[in-house]
Amino acid sequence: MSFYGIDLKSRLLLGTARYPSPAVLERAIKASGAEVVTVSLRRESGTGRAGQSFWSFIQGLGVRVLPNTAGCHSVKEAVTTAHMARELFDTPWIKLEVIGEADTLQPDVFGLVEAARILAEDGFEVFPYTTEDLVVADRLVEAGCKVLMPWGAPIGSARGLNNVYGLRSLRAHFPDVPLVVDAGLGVPSHAAAAMELGYDAVLLNTAVAEAGDPVEMARAFALATEAGRAAYLARPMEPRDMAVPSTPVIGKAALGD
Amino acid sequence: MKIFLNDDAHEVEPGTLAAALDTLGYGGRKIATAVNGRFVAATARSRTALTDGDRVEVVAPMQGG
Repeated sequence: MSFYGIDLKSRLLLGTARYPSPAVLERAIKASGAEVVTVSLRRESGTGRAGQSFWSFIQGLGVRVLPNTAGCHSVKEAVTTAHMARELFDTPWIKLEVIGEADTLQPDVFGLVEAARILAEDGFEVFPYTTEDLVVADRLVEAGCKVLMPWGAPIGSARGLNNVYGLRSLRAHFPDVPLVVDAGLGVPSHAAAAMELGYDAVLLNTAVAEAGDPVEMARAFALATEAGRAAYLARPMEPRDMAVPSTPVIGKAALGD
Repeated sequence: MKIFLNDDAHEVEPGTLAAALDTLGYGGRKIATAVNGRFVAATARSRTALTDGDRVEVVAPMQGG
């Protein structure tokens, strides 16, 4: 799997927020096998050192970072945040979020396409957090996005894949674009389901960070992601409406009346 | 003159963004900046003059999903 020319072995991308402690975060990242972690940026006071400490911590993990524009509700905010992130994290990668609705954190897809175009033209490698809408996806690809990240469900909701049909359609329409289910996954079976649809990777945060045992849950998600991918490659059988006996009937002893 | 840094008012000497950041304790720090909603690259801070009432944003790395 490759994002913007960068080859990756792990198909699980992990967020770094909401963990009980930095030590748990570090162990969870290691248990997940993730090679890419998402990060963000926030205000820092002249006397604070939280940002500097976090940056040293992340650098020590030897993983690639994918900065986000979380919390941005306008194109201008998202573009400015992306520029700050590029300088701060020294990467052209940006997980582009333009939020359109506060309760569901649903992407503002109109603003998203506009911001993606501005950033792609400026040399950014954009990972847009989008919906499963095919037309929006098409516009994002036209705007220069070489990865698409549709939501499974609203961020942090743990609802899994709300629109399997839509996600399957997206996969079918964009066979050559890396697709990542981003957001809404709650348990490892959700990740496996996304991978079984042929998605290239999954991105999650809260499901691991807020689990009773984040490290063990990270490992569980890694196993599920790998299992789902293997199942996809093994070409699952088609569902049927009626039962078909798996044990051969021929040769069965005749024991009835 | 008065500037607003991350919404907090500060009195600083007239000068550049770089000078104001040094005065307010950000010297040598890993930060990114914007003035009045526009990104100002690190290399441009020393030639970016601030004026009274400017709104400066200073951000640093943090956890994110």
